[in-house]
This record gives sequence, structure tokens and C-alpha cells, in this order.
Amino acid sequence: MSSSSQVESWISSYCGLLGHEYFAEVSEDFIEDDFNLTGLASQVPMYKEALEMILDVEPDDDEDDEDEDEEEEEEDELGDDPSRAYRRSSDRRHLRMASDLSVIESSAELLYGLIHQRYITSRPGIQQMAEKYELQHFGNCPRVLCRGSKVLPVGLNDSPGLETVKLFCPSCLDVYTPPNSRFQHVDGAFFGTTFGSLFFMTFTDLDIGTPRDGSSNAAAVDALMQISADAKNRGTASTQIINGVAPHNLAPGLGQGNIYEPRIYGFRVSERAKSGPRMRWLRSRPNDVGELDETRRFWEERGLEQEDEKMVDVVEKGGRKIKSARRRVQGSGEGRGSPMDVAGGATAG
Amino acid sequence: MDDFNSETDSDYTSYWRDWFISSRGNEYFCEIDEEYLTDRFNLTGLNTEVHHYQLALDLVTDVFDNDCSDELRDQIEKSARHLYGLVHARYIVTTRGLAKMLEKFKKADFGKCPRVMCDSQPLLPMGLSDVANQQPVKLYCARCEDLYNPKSSRHAVIDGAYFGTSFHNILFQVYPAMLPPKTRRRYEPRVFGFKVHAAAALARWQFEQSQEQKERLRALRIETGFEDEEEELEEESDEEGEEMDVGGVEGTARVAQ
Repeated sequence: MSSSSQVESWISSYCGLLGHEYFAEVSEDFIEDDFNLTGLASQVPMYKEALEMILDVEPDDDEDDEDEDEEEEEEDELGDDPSRAYRRSSDRRHLRMASDLSVIESSAELLYGLIHQRYITSRPGIQQMAEKYELQHFGNCPRVLCRGSKVLPVGLNDSPGLETVKLFCPSCLDVYTPPNSRFQHVDGAFFGTTFGSLFFMTFTDLDIGTPRDGSSNAAAVDALMQISADAKNRGTASTQIINGVAPHNLAPGLGQGNIYEPRIYGFRVSERAKSGPRMRWLRSRPNDVGELDETRRFWEERGLEQEDEKMVDVVEKGGRKIKSARRRVQGSGEGRGSPMDVAGGATAG
Repeated sequence: MDDFNSETDSDYTSYWRDWFISSRGNEYFCEIDEEYLTDRFNLTGLNTEVHHYQLALDLVTDVFDNDCSDELRDQIEKSARHLYGLVHARYIVTTRGLAKMLEKFKKADFGKCPRVMCDSQPLLPMGLSDVANQQPVKLYCARCEDLYNPKSSRHAVIDGAYFGTSFHNILFQVYPAMLPPKTRRRYEPRVFGFKVHAAAALARWQFEQSQEQKERLRALRIETGFEDEEEELEEESDEEGEEMDVGGVEGTARVAQ
């Protein structure tokens, strides 16, 4: 089944092509598990041939034992007499050689991309992408105030043919077009909408604010030191996880000190000017991240009214009172975190 | 007298500047007018910033005819570029300079915003400091009001002081019509179709901030500059009375819940 060691497999040659630097090499085990391919047959034209191409199953090497096994499997599916189908399929292959090869090639690329989308959300796949992330294969955020935070390739749509691949920066929670135009031919669906966020929910310990290579100028380094010091202080002040994310890892490129302030000759441009700042909210973040813990805030606000409400409820409608009390218990039972705490720990299997 | 000399052969002499503008990596610069360069008032203070100031200025204005060693020539060449950059920062905030840079902006000579939601908004070059040799040039997007690194490394080495901290803001004050409409569209991180809680909570908080700003500007009757909001403003001023009622009903409804 495995491709011969001296010849490069289709998968690794595909991933080695210019512009395909973002792709991980999907393991053959993953592709050979039919469960992982559920539903793809209807999305990809010439599905079977494309799959053969990806797995380097040579359709013309009839003598090869391993390939024969493969053929037989196909024929079982077709439900035909084995020998007849065998001949027919090889005839068909001879016919298609010239014109269909390019069709199959593009089908194989589509199929590989769709498998890739699923693979990188699986445990081995996301691990492989983590290695690529650490090695900065995906590049850095172009935003100045993200200070070179590493990015991940994502899609804005899970259906192929709609959007090209984009880069997701965890530091500003925004998406960017890749700097090199060669990536403008890579389909975003091959990475999918889930991967980018799932990645950071899986690897919660990654320090997304600190870039690997210190940028050359001292000012940026100083700023970075300050940020990490801030993060530590914040960490000690409120050690708990908020909304499933450690406070220092929640959009560290945003908030006070990370928002551009337009100035003319040193004077800030007023919000009241027609050309004044309007988009600061996009890059802002509360100084106290605890403010984002909506569940806790809700119950704190509620807690003050709770006693009055109880009295009223007891008198007026007993049934409703019990209901609200039960909800309260549930809420406080979850603690300060959210249900996503659990999801953050558990990765997609 | 130098000035007169240069003018006599000015038909073919914007040689050095022509070469400088068209050479690779200098796409962000516009050509400084001869008159601007030769007016000493515009160069006030630069003689202390640039080595071989007079020779460099001669080179920039194409009146340089000294025979000198290659080494010195290289130094002067370097100084000339530095001088050109420093004068450039002053020139581009003048009326003529702004007009020239506006043309380049319209052609997207400075590149387009990498942020997906900005829909390839053209950028403007800017510096984070007005002092030379501090920070390389950055690019400003008027749509998301943020700064980006140039994607090409040959631009990443240009000094930011050659554009300055004020130019891009002045340009939009002078040409407010060039301001792009802002957008509240944003990227929502999702996992299997569900919004990610931490990011969504932050987005809700940010949206509140933007609504507060909107209210502030509305109260002052200032355009918010966001797409699809200008008509809203007019409609609302007619229906303000009605709105109050709706708000009241909503308020009581919330209490009842």
C-alpha cells in the first residue's frame, strides 16, 4: 500500500509545490480510513481515480499484487464479475489517459484539500500544524502592533471555490490576506473555518503575544518586555481562566497601548473631526479582562436584586421563583468559567 | 548663482531625482519640485542632519560637478538620499506634495490593506517618528485606522522619518472625500459553526464601545463615517419621538423578564 521509498509520493510532491507551503502532509492511514472520507464522493468528480492518484495506486501496473487488492475492492463495490470489470476498468484507463489526466489531477487536488480540511482538525493533523506554526511556516501578522505574532492559515468558508486562504492572527483576532500572491490560488476551504480557533483552544499554553525572533529595534523589544511583565502581573492578580482563555492570551495585541493614535504635529486628531478616529473599538480590549466574564457579571448584578425578587416571587408566583433559583444554582455551579472550559481541554478526536 | 545655472539646463536635469524615484525600492517617494528644493527656507536645519550637506544638495539638484574619489562620491551619494528623504517629509505636506501623493494613493502605489474586511483599501506610507533612523516606514489604512508592515523587504528598510507622523492624517484633512467608508463587518472565530466564546465576548464588548461612540457622535450631529449609516442618521432625526416609545417598551419588557 505504501508508496515506494525511492519515488516521491503524490502527497509530498503536492505539498512541495510552490504556493503549497501551508499544507500539512496528510497521513495515508487517515485517507485510507473510509470514515474520514464520508460524503466526499459526491463533492469530487472522478472521486475514485482522484483517490487512487493521491494514494499513488498505479492503475496501469496490473501485475502489481498490492494494486490488485485495491482493484478488487473497487470491483466489489461495483458488484460486477471481477474479471470483466478488471478488463473494463483497464480499458477505460487507456482511453482516459490523455485528456482526463488533467481532470483527475484537479480532482485529486480538490479531494486532497477537502481531506486536508478534516485532517488538520484531527489529533495528528493539528499536531503537525503546530510544528509548522512553531517553525513560522505561515508567517507573521502584518499589523505593526501585533509585533510579529505568528499566524495560521484559515478559510472563511468550508465550501471550496469561494474564498482563497487567509491568515488568522490570534493576537488581534483578525484575518489577513497572505503577503505573497502565490497563495492567492490556494482555496480557503482546504483549511476550513474551524481549524484556526480549534488550534488555540487545543494548545492553550502557547504564548501567542511573544514572537520567536526578536525584531531588530530596541523599542519594540522594550515594549514586548513591558507586555510580558504586564501579562505576568495580570496573571498573578487574576489567575483564573476567563471564558476558556488565560487572560494574557486573550488578544494580547489589542487594548491600551496597542491602538494607533493618529496625530498631526504631535497633537491627537479629535474624534469629532470628520477624519478623526472611528475604529478604535476594533483594537480595544478592557483593561480588566474580568469585565468580559459575562456570566459572573450577570449573576453579580442579579445577586443584588435577588433578595427583593425572592420576596416578590414568593408572594406572586411561586412556580417561577423556583425556576429562577434553579437556574441560579446552575450558573454558580459552573464557576466563573464557561462551558467552553471543558471544550478547551478536550480536543476533537 | 547656482540656481540660475541649474535652470538653464533643467530640460534634461532632473536626472538624479528621476533616477532616484524610478529605482527599485523607492516606489513610495514622489518627485520633489526643483523650486521647493532650491528654496533655502524649506531646508532650514537640515545642514546639521546631513554630512556633506552642500555637495549632497548639489547632487540632488544636478549641479554636482566635483571631481572626487569614489569613496567620497559614495558618501555623498548616501547623504543625497538621506537629504532627499528628509526634504520629502516636508514636501509631502505642502499643497503640491499632497496632490502628488494623492495620485499615488489613488493608484495604490503604496499597496493595499492586508486586512480581509478592508477590501483592498489603498494604504499610505507613514513614520512612527519624525526623527531619522528610529523606525522603518509603516503603512496606514484609513479604513481600519491601523498600521501595517510593508510586505516587501525592500520597503521595510526605508526610514519612516522620510514620510513623517503627520502626513497621512493631513492628507485626509485636506481631502476628506478620500476617506473610505468604515465598516463594522468583522471576522468571527468559529469552531464547527459555533462562535468561540472568548472571542465573541470580546467582540460584544467592542461592539458596545462602538455603539457608545456612535451615540456620542450622534449627539453632536457628526457623521459617523460608517457605511449604511448616513441615511439612517436622517431617518432617525425624523423618527426620534417614535424611537423613544419603542425604547421605553423594550426597557419595561426587559424588567419583566
